Amino acid sequence: MSGLAIDNISMRFDLPNGSHVQALKDVTLDIKQGELMSVLGPSGCGKTTLLNIVAGFLAPTGGETRINDHVVEGPNKERGMVFQQGALFEWMSVRDNVSFGPRMAGKKKADYMGNVDHLLDVVGLQDFKEKMVYELSGGMQQRVALARCLANDPDVILMDEPLGALDALTREKMQGLVLKLWKETGKTIILITHSIDEALLLGERVLVMAPRPGRIHKEYRLPFAEMGVDQDLREVKEHPDYGTTREEILTMIWDMEEEIMGRTEAEE
Amino acid sequence: MAGTVNLVCTRERLGEMVTDLRATPVPDGQVVGENFTPADGCHVASGWETFSYQFGTLGSELWTETVNVVLSSISAIPYIAGYILLIVMFMFVWRAIKSFLTPTRDYTSLKTVTFGDESAVRSETAASIISIILIFVIWGTFTGSSLLPSFLHLPGPFTGEGSFTYTVEDADGNRDDAEVFVNVLAAGTASEETQVDAGDGFAKNDSASVTIYSSEIVSWDRNDDVNRRDDGARIVAINGQEFQFDPNARDDNGNLTDTAPSFTLDFARVAITDRGTINVSPDPGWQMQPLYLPAPEVVWSRFIEIAKYGYQNVYLTVHLGFSLFRVIVGFLLGAAIGIPLGYAMGLSNWFRGWFDPIVEFMRPVPPLALIPLVIIWFGIGEVGKIFLLFLAALWIMAIAARSGVSGVRITKVHAAYSLGASRWQILRHVIIPNSLPEIFTGARVAMGVCWGTVVAAELVAAEEGIGKMITTASKFQNTDIILLGVIIIGIVGFGIDMLMRMAERRLVPWKGKA
Repeated sequence: MSGLAIDNISMRFDLPNGSHVQALKDVTLDIKQGELMSVLGPSGCGKTTLLNIVAGFLAPTGGETRINDHVVEGPNKERGMVFQQGALFEWMSVRDNVSFGPRMAGKKKADYMGNVDHLLDVVGLQDFKEKMVYELSGGMQQRVALARCLANDPDVILMDEPLGALDALTREKMQGLVLKLWKETGKTIILITHSIDEALLLGERVLVMAPRPGRIHKEYRLPFAEMGVDQDLREVKEHPDYGTTREEILTMIWDMEEEIMGRTEAEE
Repeated sequence: MAGTVNLVCTRERLGEMVTDLRATPVPDGQVVGENFTPADGCHVASGWETFSYQFGTLGSELWTETVNVVLSSISAIPYIAGYILLIVMFMFVWRAIKSFLTPTRDYTSLKTVTFGDESAVRSETAASIISIILIFVIWGTFTGSSLLPSFLHLPGPFTGEGSFTYTVEDADGNRDDAEVFVNVLAAGTASEETQVDAGDGFAKNDSASVTIYSSEIVSWDRNDDVNRRDDGARIVAINGQEFQFDPNARDDNGNLTDTAPSFTLDFARVAITDRGTINVSPDPGWQMQPLYLPAPEVVWSRFIEIAKYGYQNVYLTVHLGFSLFRVIVGFLLGAAIGIPLGYAMGLSNWFRGWFDPIVEFMRPVPPLALIPLVIIWFGIGEVGKIFLLFLAALWIMAIAARSGVSGVRITKVHAAYSLGASRWQILRHVIIPNSLPEIFTGARVAMGVCWGTVVAAELVAAEEGIGKMITTASKFQNTDIILLGVIIIGIVGFGIDMLMRMAERRLVPWKGKA
């Protein structure tokens, strides 16, 4: 199995008023099997557009995405998705949600139930499997979403701000869980986030994107994700490099935000 | 119409000059603007005249109606105020009673801010109970119901005997008094001729019997020695109260010069008619006539009677069964077509474009407006009525299903695709369950509309059905049956909605929790 290749992707679409938006311009990336890459950037830099293109929900106007040596043309179970919220099926129990992928593939119950139970154990929801998802808290729901994605055994997991709607404490716990799952399963993960801490803690590679047009601004390779697998995340944050990198990226994004604001004001 | 022209005519009517506009046929062989000559005082209306006359007429008619509505509304204000006063009074009474009971101490009742906190406002059961009881009490009060102690009744119509005297003056100025004995009979009592002593003098005593809520004209002179026509005799006083009224004094146009007087006595209203006779209207009291509002127990015994023996040879169960049958079949057909139609509109550009104009046009057309057309097309049989209900349910269900589909969060669909589901599986496992809450809401609305429509449709044309029962009853002035029908319609409609809500809670437990 080879990794994921994003080759010269551009996205440019027309607006009703005749103008157009260049959401992405010449984005090229190579992600190896088992890498965890987090993507950061100010609002409107095309993070979600990029993810939707990789997932196959959007067709790029230029370039292509290749996975396992074939070109992405639409959604497929080799690329699993974890969304921010509300992507679970309320009319199903926790277990039915998690087993959705295998069930849709027409697998026999005996073949997937073992794996589903194991995943529910890993995410700590063994006692809740008969519950309906609307009876769970936000953090538990996201754990169901992670388990549902893993139960389908995708090659790549695409996460669109999966922890964005959680409170700070739950979020830290979930970050640990994401790292643990990543290490245990060895999946390739692309994680989009607004939180710099999350990007630094979880990303082996951190991609900072810039807006107008959406493009890759800078890329980091960081050791914190590896450290976080065995250590407490709070200890990782104490690392001297952590603070300086955090500060550097923060300044970078602040400058971009300010530039956007300035430009918007000038346009008006 | 080619052969018609609008003419503005000015003519005299009742001493006034009136200008009006009327459509007039153009005689054969004449052409407007060439050889057509309008009648005297008329000319062909210009476009502006036609327009301004129409709006002027409309405006003045609507103004009259507005004044009427405002006046009737104002006359209702004291009653509304009285009712509100009762509500507030009962509220204070209930609060006083409550202060002696053990207070509830759940979370909501401990809130201090309730005014403005919608979640703290709960339906007070006591208020509901009192309000329903009060309706029946008011109903009983105004109908003299036997269910209520009689001190709660409003004064009923006068029954029994009463009398008054009248004074006659003949042409020579002689006066004599005589008495009229009035026997007011309750409805359904046979009148018996009462013999009264004629008394002395040229005016003789009279007797009359009247049924409640009606009036009787007393020709006082039929047994007197003088009479109105030949002797110019007339009444100059009632119970000693004198008045000036001469039915023979007329002006050149034949109109009376005097105004006929009337007197309110303790048991009746007595009026002198334009011909000089006496009109006796016994005091109707404050209660409603059974024709307008029958007492609750009358309606109840009618219910028992109709349930047991039927009305006009049709049992109540048959009436009700037919109405429910129509509603259910019409609704099921509407749902069977409407839901797939809504899904198609929610899932395909082409279907949405195709059906949007049709649905948006048909949706605001009330099914009742289609009744005449449906009768012309299908006759008065079941097919027509069910077709009408089908239409009523169809658009509501289609729109509910469409908005159910558009209410699916795109992340759910994306997630399902990423988990490898096919289109069919997404429809079956994501879109349909996700749209069920919307469809249930639509179904509740549709059932309500269907129930209202079926009754109205049966009012127009039906052999049986609860609406038909009402129409028949109205023709025979069986107000109790009309009222019974209204109550049954209300209860059944409420019951249907409760059943739908129960089904909703059972089948869509995740509603509102996504």
